[in-house]
Amino acid sequence: MKNLSSKRKSINWLKIFSNTFFVYLYAPIAVLIIYSFNDNRIAQVWTAFSTKWYLKAFNNEDIQRAIINSLKVAGVATIVATLFATMAALVLSSKRFRGHGISNAIISLPLLVPEIATAVATLSFFAAIEFPLGLTSIIIAHIVFCIPFAFMPIRARLSGMDQTLQEAGRDLYANEWQVFWHVTFPLLKPGILAGAILSFIISIDDFIISLMVAGAGATTLPLYIYSMIRLGVSPEINAVSTVLFCISVTAIIAYWLVSKQNEEKVHVH
Amino acid sequence: MGLGPAILTIFAFMVIPIFILGVFSFMPADPYGGVDKGFSYEAWVQLFFERDLDDSLIFDPVYLQIIFRSIVLAVLATITTLAVGFPVAWYIVQQPAKKRELLLFLVTIPFWTNLLIRAYAWILILGKNGMIEKPLYGLGIIDESLELMYGNLAIGLGLVYSYIPLMILPIYASLEKLDFGLIEAAHDLYAKRYSVIRKIVIPLCLPGIIAGCILVFVLSLGDFISPSILGGGKKMMLSNLIQFQFSSARNWPFGGALTMLLLIMVGIGSFFYIRVLGKREEIK
Repeated sequence: MKNLSSKRKSINWLKIFSNTFFVYLYAPIAVLIIYSFNDNRIAQVWTAFSTKWYLKAFNNEDIQRAIINSLKVAGVATIVATLFATMAALVLSSKRFRGHGISNAIISLPLLVPEIATAVATLSFFAAIEFPLGLTSIIIAHIVFCIPFAFMPIRARLSGMDQTLQEAGRDLYANEWQVFWHVTFPLLKPGILAGAILSFIISIDDFIISLMVAGAGATTLPLYIYSMIRLGVSPEINAVSTVLFCISVTAIIAYWLVSKQNEEKVHVH
Repeated sequence: MGLGPAILTIFAFMVIPIFILGVFSFMPADPYGGVDKGFSYEAWVQLFFERDLDDSLIFDPVYLQIIFRSIVLAVLATITTLAVGFPVAWYIVQQPAKKRELLLFLVTIPFWTNLLIRAYAWILILGKNGMIEKPLYGLGIIDESLELMYGNLAIGLGLVYSYIPLMILPIYASLEKLDFGLIEAAHDLYAKRYSVIRKIVIPLCLPGIIAGCILVFVLSLGDFISPSILGGGKKMMLSNLIQFQFSSARNWPFGGALTMLLLIMVGIGSFFYIRVLGKREEIK
C-alpha cells in the first residue's frame, strides 16, 4: 500500500485536500468551544477569557432541570433497550428459524425510518390511545430507536464468539443457565457495554423525536438548547453546547476503547 | 421468548404508529389538533390543489415546490459529499495503520455528536458579524452583510456537514478491501493515474459509493435541523412542513399525507440500499 506514495507529486494535493477537510470538519466546533470562554456578551466579539457563562448556565434552574430530564430519559432508555437488544441478539445469533429475516428487519427498522416520520407517527399513536405526553412518552420513544443501536455491537460480539467454549461447558454438564452465566455472559459483556454506550449517546443527543412527543415541562437538554437558539446567538448557548459536546465525545471515546478491547479478546481465543 | 420484548416494542411503538398515521391522513382535520371521525381524502387533494371560494380546485404548486426543493437539496448534498468524501476516504486508506485509525476516529466523532450543536456552530461562522464577515468588514472588502445565512446555500452546507461521515465510512470500508496488487499491476503496465482510478478503483468500490449516496440522500431528505436552524424556518424542507402541520398549522391529516410521501421516497432508497448490500454479500 505504501508503494503508492511513489507518486509523490499528486499525493501531496490529496494530502492538502484531506487536511483542509479535517479543518472544515472541526473548525465550527472549535469556534463554538473557544467562544464559550469569551467574556463578552456578544458571542462573536472576543474580549477576555472567562468561565462566567458556564457558571451562569449551571445556576440556571431550567438548564439544571433539562440536564436531569435528559439523564433520566437516557438512563432508563439505555437500560431497557440494552436488555431487550441483548435478549434478541442471543436468540438471533443461536440458530436460523422461521421469521429470522423478518425479525432482523423489524429490529433495524428504526434506522431506516426518518426521524421526523418516527416523531409524528409516535405523536399520532399517543394521541390515538390518549396517552399523556411527558417524560414517560419520551422514554418509550427513545427505547424504540435505541434498540438497534444497542443490538449492533452485541450481535457483532456474538457472531465473533467461539462456540466451542459453550460446548465445552455443556460437556461438563453445565445446564443452559450455567453456560449462559459463566461462559456466554462474561464473554459478551464488552459487547453489551458498547451497545449501552451507543444507546446512551443516541438518546442524549436526540432532538426531533423528543420535540414532538414531549409534553409541557418535559424539556430535555437538546430541546432547551433549541429554544435558546431560536432567541439568537448567545455565549450561554456556546457553554451549554460545549458541555453536551463533551458528554458525547467522552462516551464515544469510551465506546472506542471498549470495542478495541472487544476485537483483541475475540482474537486471543 | 428472548426475541419478544425487542420485536414487540418496535412493532407496537413504530409499525403500528406509522399505520395509524396513514389512517389519519384519510380523516378530516380537527382544528384543535388531531383528527375528527369520518373519511376524507382532503389531505391528499391539498398536496396538489387549493380550494377556491366556490369550492373548485385550482392547481397549487406551493407544497410540491417544497418537496421539490427537498429533493434538489438532498441530491446536491449527495453529490457534494461524494466529491469531497471520496478523495478523503482514498487518502485515509493509504495511511499507515495507526494514522488510519486516528483519521477514521476523527471522521466518526462529529457523527456521534449533536446535530443541533453542529448547525448552531455554523451560525457563528456564517451569520451576521460571524467569522467570515467580520474580517471582510475589517479589510473594507464589504460594507453590508453577505446574507450567507437563512437560504438554500446555508441549508445545503449544513446537510453536507451533517452527513459527510456517512459518505466517507462506507467508501472507506470498500476501499479497504481493495486488492492494491491490482493497482500496482496497472501501474506496471504503464496505466495513467486517472485511468487506474476510473477503471479499477471506482468500479471495485462502487457498492461503497452507492451505499454512501443512498445514506446521505435519505438522511438529507428527512433532515429537520439544517433547514430550521440555518434556513431560519423561511426556506422549508419536507420535515419542517411536516412538523409545522403537527404544531402551529394543526392539520394532522395533511402532515400524515406528507409523511407517507416521505416514507415512500425513503422506502425506494432503502430498497436499493439493501439490494446493494445483498450484492456485496454475494461477491464475498
